Amino acid sequence: MTDRLPGFSTLAVHAGAQPDPTTGARATPIYQTTSFVFNDADHAASLFGLQAFGNIYTRIGNPTNAVLEERVAALEGGTAGLAVASGHAAQLVVLQQLMKPGDEVIAARKLYGGSINQFTHAFKAFGWNVAWADPDEVSTFEQAVTPHTKAIFIESIANPAGSITDIEAIAAVARKAGVPLIVDNTLASPYLIKPIDHGADIVVHSATKFLGGHGNSLGGIIVDAGTFDWSKDNKYPMLSEPRPEYHGIRIQETFGNFAFAIACRVLGLRDLGPALSPFNAFMILTGIETLPLRMQKHCDNAKAVAEFLSGHPAVSAVNYAGLPSDRYNNLQRKYAPKGAGAVFTFSLKGGYDAGVNLVSNLKLFSHLANVGDTRSLVIHPASTTHSQLDDAAKVKSGAAPDVVRLSIGIEDKEDLIADLDQALRA
Amino acid sequence: MNHDAYDDNYIRSILNSVKSIAMVGASPVNVRPSYFAFKYLAQRGYDMIPVNPGHVGKTLMGKPFVASLADIGRPIDMIDIFRNSSHIMPVVEEALKLSPLPKVIWMQLGARDDAAAEKAEAAGLKVVMNRCPKIEYGRLSSEISWMGVNSRTLSAKRAPIPTQGMRLSLNRTSFGGGQTAASDRAAKNKTETS
Repeated sequence: MTDRLPGFSTLAVHAGAQPDPTTGARATPIYQTTSFVFNDADHAASLFGLQAFGNIYTRIGNPTNAVLEERVAALEGGTAGLAVASGHAAQLVVLQQLMKPGDEVIAARKLYGGSINQFTHAFKAFGWNVAWADPDEVSTFEQAVTPHTKAIFIESIANPAGSITDIEAIAAVARKAGVPLIVDNTLASPYLIKPIDHGADIVVHSATKFLGGHGNSLGGIIVDAGTFDWSKDNKYPMLSEPRPEYHGIRIQETFGNFAFAIACRVLGLRDLGPALSPFNAFMILTGIETLPLRMQKHCDNAKAVAEFLSGHPAVSAVNYAGLPSDRYNNLQRKYAPKGAGAVFTFSLKGGYDAGVNLVSNLKLFSHLANVGDTRSLVIHPASTTHSQLDDAAKVKSGAAPDVVRLSIGIEDKEDLIADLDQALRA
Repeated sequence: MNHDAYDDNYIRSILNSVKSIAMVGASPVNVRPSYFAFKYLAQRGYDMIPVNPGHVGKTLMGKPFVASLADIGRPIDMIDIFRNSSHIMPVVEEALKLSPLPKVIWMQLGARDDAAAEKAEAAGLKVVMNRCPKIEYGRLSSEISWMGVNSRTLSAKRAPIPTQGMRLSLNRTSFGGGQTAASDRAAKNKTETS
């Protein structure tokens, strides 16, 4: 009954999970069910009217998923969370609460290639416009603000080069513009960076990556910081105005500082449908229990590999914020002092062909389009994740033709270095 | 008394000790937040009294509306005010005329009147502002966790399955005070700039 703040590792194991009320099961059960019975007609009406806490249908909420939601919200220091089917689904659901046709989101140019595609093509079809800004030049965000701007979107550690974003500087731009700052915290995880402490209003994750951490389950998470006042003007009617979907309820008035998470659930997830499987929620929850241990090992290994590569004769440059010479090293020491993450890029003197050869010569690194797995991964972004971008956009997003991206796993670092060494010599 | 953030023990001691709650501004309209809170607190075993001069003659969850606090005619433990900040003071002044005095003045989510709070505290009452008792009860009991809300509590004990009229244990291990730090700071900034 004390107000002592538990440490990150304690929250990673316990937050949101208590023994099952029915069976006493200590591990979180997988509630693999579509629907939940009502006690009576009044209970059903209360649940449908958002008057009571409880479960209706797994597309809207599920007890296994709820544990995951609370766990990530606790780790991020937010007021509430929402689990969805993927990181892409998280971005879709978040922006659906904020954007109408003709509105704009300002997005950092350095984003996961899939996000660039989603913003550029899929969202454009909804009439949601994106204005790209350079996360290394905060003034470009300020210049991009217009009366139609509804949100700013950045990555804390940015794909593909592992560059560190000055979250506080961009949060100041968002505050001045009166719009929420959305931070994709996938590559950092809350173990390395807690964006809410630096001014983020909404945090999104591809839980597929370091949160789940084992490369076995897709998932996405939205965390509400509880910091943004959605009703101060009429810019965000999904939250401030009476909702016809719920007989005139105003979401912020009713749910206070977790209104955004509720809007994402009852207006976004309910109507768009990208629900997370409870089985995947269980797998991701299990992964999160070891997040602090894994993340530190990922970072320590990545630093050792980056140091090795930076001294290698076949390598022309290494982009790893954890190296003292890196341009992002100051930002890394401010925002992510425990480590610079495990995803970074390096350039080969041999260019595009050397990149293709390296990928095929590696024996321990898996060639695939994912990051944040226990296993070490490699990809050549120019020919894969970023292949749909033109050459100029490839360079701007950090995926030039000579660039190789690594996601360092939790194997023994000596084995990873030996594998890279033999492949670079082959 | 700091009203920007509340220690969980403060909220817990209030919700564990009060039995009767008069809700000023209770609405019979079932999409209003006051209706949600009234119904939930009644279901959790509180003796609820709806106060709203515009609805005298009607009932809410079987409880007849009264026009004013003075009309209740029996001691009440807590007054939950569902009115805008600008309408708080007259309710507090009316409450302070009751005999015996209520123990707690609670101002709903979004409502805050520091002068009224000071007056009530000077008379020995406990005050909570800009909070919802339904949300706080759901949070401290972890019932709100069904909605993915960060209850900011932990427990390795098995909780019972709530049934109608059942009081839940609020005695879980708390962390992070009454609110998370970031949302507290934001609320404080809003208070200072408005």
